[in-house]
Amino acid sequence: MASIIGSYSLIFGLCCSFLIIIFSVKNFKNLSNLDSKILSLTFLQFILVVISFLGLIVSFVNSDFSNETVFNHSHTTKPLFYKISGTWGNHEGSLLLWLLVLTLFIFIFLLKSNEQQKKYRLLTLLFQQIIIIGFFIFSIKTSNPFNYIFPVPSEGLGLNPILQDPALAIHPPILYLGYVGSSIIFSSALAATTLNYISKEWAKHIKQWVLVSWVFLTLGILLGSIWAYYELGWGGFWFWDPVENVSLMPWLALTALLHCILVLEKKLILTSWVVILSIATFTLSMCGTFLVRSGILNSVHTFANDPERGLFILIFLFFLIFLSIFIFFFFHKTETKKTNTFFWLSKETSILINNWFMMYFLSVVLIGTIYPIFLEVINSEKISVGPPFYNKLIIPFLIPFLFAMAIGPKLKWIKSDLQNKTHLLLFLIISFIISFLIIKNLNVSFLMNTILVTSAFYLFFITLRDFFIKKFKNLSQNIAHFGFSLLILSILFNNIFSTEIITNLKIGETFQSETLKINFESIEKKNEQNFKAIIGKFNIENLDGVSDVLNPELRIYNQPNIVTSEADIKTNLLTDKFITMNLVQNQDYFNIRYQIKPFMVWIWISVLLISLGGIINLFQKRHED
Amino acid sequence: MYGRKVKLRFFFVLLILVALILSAFLILKSLEENVIYFQSPTEIKTLVEVEKKKIRVGGMVKNNSISIETKEVKFIITDFKNEINVIYSGAVPNLFAEGKGVVAEGYLKDRNFFLATKILAKHDENYMPPEVKAALEEK
Repeated sequence: MASIIGSYSLIFGLCCSFLIIIFSVKNFKNLSNLDSKILSLTFLQFILVVISFLGLIVSFVNSDFSNETVFNHSHTTKPLFYKISGTWGNHEGSLLLWLLVLTLFIFIFLLKSNEQQKKYRLLTLLFQQIIIIGFFIFSIKTSNPFNYIFPVPSEGLGLNPILQDPALAIHPPILYLGYVGSSIIFSSALAATTLNYISKEWAKHIKQWVLVSWVFLTLGILLGSIWAYYELGWGGFWFWDPVENVSLMPWLALTALLHCILVLEKKLILTSWVVILSIATFTLSMCGTFLVRSGILNSVHTFANDPERGLFILIFLFFLIFLSIFIFFFFHKTETKKTNTFFWLSKETSILINNWFMMYFLSVVLIGTIYPIFLEVINSEKISVGPPFYNKLIIPFLIPFLFAMAIGPKLKWIKSDLQNKTHLLLFLIISFIISFLIIKNLNVSFLMNTILVTSAFYLFFITLRDFFIKKFKNLSQNIAHFGFSLLILSILFNNIFSTEIITNLKIGETFQSETLKINFESIEKKNEQNFKAIIGKFNIENLDGVSDVLNPELRIYNQPNIVTSEADIKTNLLTDKFITMNLVQNQDYFNIRYQIKPFMVWIWISVLLISLGGIINLFQKRHED
Repeated sequence: MYGRKVKLRFFFVLLILVALILSAFLILKSLEENVIYFQSPTEIKTLVEVEKKKIRVGGMVKNNSISIETKEVKFIITDFKNEINVIYSGAVPNLFAEGKGVVAEGYLKDRNFFLATKILAKHDENYMPPEVKAALEEK
């Protein structure tokens, strides 16, 4: 029943799109205000998608296996929470979530853009409807979440156990708010270009949307990262996996846009660049969807390898790209008035430098991600691009980037100088001394690490000082930059100081190294709702006689029949102790991996700080500076 | 003489060009150095010379081939035509089992021995590395 309602409301939702377009075109020509019917229709469309979404959730909760999506991704023994989160843990449901966010955002956009010109609002709505129609058709045609199967199976196939996790249950909605949020930026940039509407006011208004998407995208990536850390059992948080990369690319573009739009808001320059970035961000989000959904990249995100779906997104993607290129070249008027004097030492220049770096990082990630695909198509050679590629190309460039981040915000608009800035030099010396002292006794490449840590500390101290000096002026920027310095520092120290022990132990055996003793005391078996758990008891004793008890777990799920290992992590402010155990088939040995990972929690905290910067900016009144 | 502004602009454009060329060069250069090639046991058997570069070997774990000690795990990867012995000390993913697909990353000792530094995790039972799938389909 719920499926039928959902299915029909999806079709009615699509019909709404056409009505909205008809009314918008009518309304576009006459002089009156925005037709209230349009607003109601947009709201109706949103509600229809909500009903459809709820219909799917209800089908999942009731384990209605006559619905193909439910059959493929659910099971009666699954806990309720994961039945619900299973709704978007699959291709069809996640597309419905795309639609939900698309329609929600355009509705909010219409509500919030009262003070903008009517034509601009209507045109934004039109462009957004084009995207919405595309996704409606995609959903209904190639991946309908409400397909009926007969005879009705008595049991479902179950959800991939590694997706049965709280962080992963909320990761898709948050990430989507960021991904799909960029569609509004795309539509509105196209509308503003067409109408030659780009102004300081427009920049101010669209900046809110950039911030919203950016904050959600940041948090979404963070959640995915945390999940990978404790669920995949490698103890890492970023693997340069293509699926991670496709979320990083829109983030880089969005971050560049966020900075660039400040210049536009202040000085009305760089308009073309802002438009290009707005288009690029959404295009990259779509590219990401294409890559993970087409089955080209193999990962947990690839729900089904259906070439038809990949082809559809590809065609739609190219359509959107050509549409935007067309609009950009035919309607965009470059600013001819005014002499755009750029003084080399100014805030504009530093923001431009930021943008250059962002574009560089973006192209590194882009090439690293698509090159293997490219090569396979051309000469069917199979390669993979691993972390060394990214480390080598990104890390050295972080040094000037961090310095620019520290000094850039200190500069004034138009023209600036660095007088009375002796403290800048002083902090540099302090940072260098601290880094030198930390790095010198370590067994790592000295020069590179010292300079890198110096630059990160430099940003850290400068931003820290600003909290006291500047009080609440430009707090958001300061927090975000401070968070970034903390992030880099935590990652660096985490890399430098992490240690790990991998060994195979039988129950009752003890592993002894120079620094610690791992005692595998016992295992205990437990039956849970949809899995059996084998819980190991480990006693880890270090040289000082301090001991921790850690209980990693193996879970053997009933449907699908998969073993997962749950890490046990003891977290405190300084360090994480991380242990996983794996069963090796038909053997008495367990494969044990014990890691000590310093500053792990600071990586999460710093990303939270970065997004907090964005949130503060959203709610803060603008300072003139 | 050109005005100061023109000169500045010229300098600016030049800077962008240099930056572009430099980054393109850097990216391509390190792509060349850092890609990891995937090879099947058969391809390894026919290698002309054993290189020191990191590679990936993929195939199925041969039945009854896993043997495990405190320090290391030994097993055989087969593509049903040829096989290769793998010695590995490190964390083993859960889906690592006899008769299942596996991708090992590491260095070749010679044409018969492979020192693995990493065994790649796979996310579900249905998942088979694309390389293995292709190799099996060719059969």
